[in-house]
Amino acid sequence: MGEEEEKKDTIKFSSELLDLLSNFEEIELEGVEIELGDLELRFQPSVAFAPPAVAPRVKPTTILEEDFIPPIEEYPGRIEEVKLGATKGEGGSRGKTIVIGGANSPAFYLFERTPPHPPVVSLDVFDTKVPLPKAIRMHVQEVMEAPAEWAKLAVDKFGADLVTVHLVSTDPLINDTSPADASKTIEEVLQAVDVPLIVGGCGDPKKDASLFKRVAEVAEGERVVLSSVTLDMAEAGVLDDVAKAAKDHGHAVLGFTALDLNRARELNRRLYEFLPKDRILMDLTTAALGYGLEYSFTIFERARLAALMGDAELQHPVLSGTTNAWAAREAWMKMGQEWEPRELRGPIWETVTALALLTAGVDLFMMMHPAAVRTVKEVINQLMSTGKSKPEKIADWVTAKI
Amino acid sequence: MSEREIKKGIKELSPIDVYMLLPRTNCKECGEANCMAFATKIVNREVTIEQCTPILEKKYEKEYNKLQEMLAPAIKEVTIGTGDHAVKIGGKLVMYRHEFTYHNPTPIAIAVTDEMPEEELLDRVKKVEDFSYEYIGREVRLDMIAVRSTSNDPTTFKSAVEKVAKVTELPLILCTFAPNIMEAGLVSVHGNRPLIYAATRDNWKDMAELALMYNCPLTIFASNDLKLLRSMAKTMIEYGVEDLVLDPGTFTDEGLSDTINNFTMVRRSACRRGDELLGFPLIGTPITAWIGEEAPKEVLAWREAYVASMLTSRYADVLIMHSLDGWVQLPNLVWRFNIYTDPRKPVSVEDGLKIFGEPNENSPVMLTTNYALTYFTVEADIKSSGADCYLIVVDSGGISVESSIAGRLLTAETATEAIKESGIEQIVKHRYLIIPGLAARLSGEIENLSGWRVLVGTKDSSGIPGFLKERWPPKEE
Repeated sequence: MGEEEEKKDTIKFSSELLDLLSNFEEIELEGVEIELGDLELRFQPSVAFAPPAVAPRVKPTTILEEDFIPPIEEYPGRIEEVKLGATKGEGGSRGKTIVIGGANSPAFYLFERTPPHPPVVSLDVFDTKVPLPKAIRMHVQEVMEAPAEWAKLAVDKFGADLVTVHLVSTDPLINDTSPADASKTIEEVLQAVDVPLIVGGCGDPKKDASLFKRVAEVAEGERVVLSSVTLDMAEAGVLDDVAKAAKDHGHAVLGFTALDLNRARELNRRLYEFLPKDRILMDLTTAALGYGLEYSFTIFERARLAALMGDAELQHPVLSGTTNAWAAREAWMKMGQEWEPRELRGPIWETVTALALLTAGVDLFMMMHPAAVRTVKEVINQLMSTGKSKPEKIADWVTAKI
Repeated sequence: MSEREIKKGIKELSPIDVYMLLPRTNCKECGEANCMAFATKIVNREVTIEQCTPILEKKYEKEYNKLQEMLAPAIKEVTIGTGDHAVKIGGKLVMYRHEFTYHNPTPIAIAVTDEMPEEELLDRVKKVEDFSYEYIGREVRLDMIAVRSTSNDPTTFKSAVEKVAKVTELPLILCTFAPNIMEAGLVSVHGNRPLIYAATRDNWKDMAELALMYNCPLTIFASNDLKLLRSMAKTMIEYGVEDLVLDPGTFTDEGLSDTINNFTMVRRSACRRGDELLGFPLIGTPITAWIGEEAPKEVLAWREAYVASMLTSRYADVLIMHSLDGWVQLPNLVWRFNIYTDPRKPVSVEDGLKIFGEPNENSPVMLTTNYALTYFTVEADIKSSGADCYLIVVDSGGISVESSIAGRLLTAETATEAIKESGIEQIVKHRYLIIPGLAARLSGEIENLSGWRVLVGTKDSSGIPGFLKERWPPKEE
């Protein structure tokens, strides 16, 4: 995201954003002018209301100077830094690696300290045709059955920092694609793009375990993230194998638990038996805006604060499956005219879901809609430094013509 | 050091602390069984101290004052407007939602200007009043009108404020930095207690006089300058203005970081440091997304929408916005609804068999999970369809359908168990079960385990009415 992005002026960003939003045909480029009216600062009581009787007090005649000291805290804990991807020199083939985590303050408390690493965005790619809301489908229609092409599009056009390849076709209840065949997709995507990868399974603990073991071998040294490992894998007796495979072949894992910090800790404890701490990410579950986002918000916020206060078992970077925002019917359903167009309602739903969790401490977002991705990356960029506000710009907002 | 300091700030009030200051006569006038029960409710903020009528007597004055001090929120509660339509802002007890329920959901004020043609002005006010969305059985609405003086003319402003006040009882925010124009507006809604926006470094004295004279809450606007904000708060308090609202400035683009940091610093200073000068409600103005930049209106509205939602997360107690578009307002209104719910409330509803309408032995049987939001959505859709049917609610640990399948909480086993335990097999003659579309992959296994035939329903419960119409009763295959 760095310099290249910053160079773009806002207007260009705006029109690009608009392109991503939909096929709007009726865009009016409305100029916005501000008239700086000359403010009258004289005070002329025009109507004589009797002031209420108050005890005589000495009213100040000038502003009473007070100091402001930023309320800075120190925290005993710090979030682990986790490196994603590996370059040639590191045993992989990625063009660059990404480090996330390292936080030693709550999210974006820059008055305290600047976060060591900005949160990043991964775009979702599927290895088979999946039902997608129209607002998303229209952007990926051409590549829907070509994961490598899809990944390229996500990186080159939509600005993905990473790509998540969901190998959903491996689901025994869908195509039951074999681990060997599914791994070929990963090889293709590794060839097609040079960003770090997240590899998603189908959710069946046993199938995912055999899949992840194979992927770990095929992607030897690439430091991919195996997504996800769960306590159900532990129950099915396959978690240890996956953790070992991740360790032996140089990968990281994403531990998934459902809105439950005790289970998140328990899963981490099991993983510590095999993996160093800097190979573990946590997904604490993302519910869509309107469908439980507040539970996710609070669990992420609690996890981060507890980690900073010294809870070592929660000191891992956290991931949000923000694409879940599209599970909300308000994101995709045709509603009354006053709620249209849904081409905007959908991506703003995903954006608002992401930004709520950004302020709660999420380090890595899995997302889908290009306009939501663009906005979240832009906001992250803005939030990484302070001191850029221009008070004169809003000084007279009250009189601005809109 | 830091750990202790942070914990010290959190209100850790025990019912005993409160009980010791109560009359302890167990008179039951408050409606509770005894003073201890009342004290517990006080600590949980379920009742107010004034519901204990004896304590208002002179002889308990000391105790009453002590209790008030003990129970005072970190952020002062400020009332805007009067009567039934008054809104209360602030009143926050804590910084983070998990510590205690947030009080007073952030009201949204929609801006109008005094230069709008009358018809447009009244139409906009009406749209604000009519704005409504039904969300899990509750209505979400817009709350206030902010009248801006773009004319810089007292007479024009006065007339616009009058017109607005005539057609709506929604509380008002009057916006101008010119005291003479402000007074013209205040005169026309005298007694309505609008929020004055705003006192600045330049006009503070006149605005303070107006706030006192008209008994209105007063906003202090100190753009990206917390030292000035604090100094002015001190000055206003000394001046005798007690109900303040703080505006550190809302920057929606490259200054967004300053805004988020300022709001956070103000709130932390009040909640964790006990800074009384900053212990007032914060006002955010996402409307500033619309000024100073040429861009298509969808782009500006888009920015206003997400900045509003970020400020709802980061401590804004009231917001002024421009766009009335449904797609702009809805996400923030839903988010506001969500984070102001009680974080201690269980996520789940009771599992078991639910009955809708007057079903008989041939009526449809559906299945869902016990996640509260899933359940309420399904319930609303079934009710609106008017269908007579049974709904089996599976205990999925309070997780939605999709997540509970991924997390193996909704499985063929748990579904089958729920069917057997619900007693539905003694109620209906048929053996057809409608499962959520998102649970399609479980259909085969459920059939094998339960012996019921599975019909895969729609992915979203809004499709239930159509599904029943088309697929029920099931055709014998």
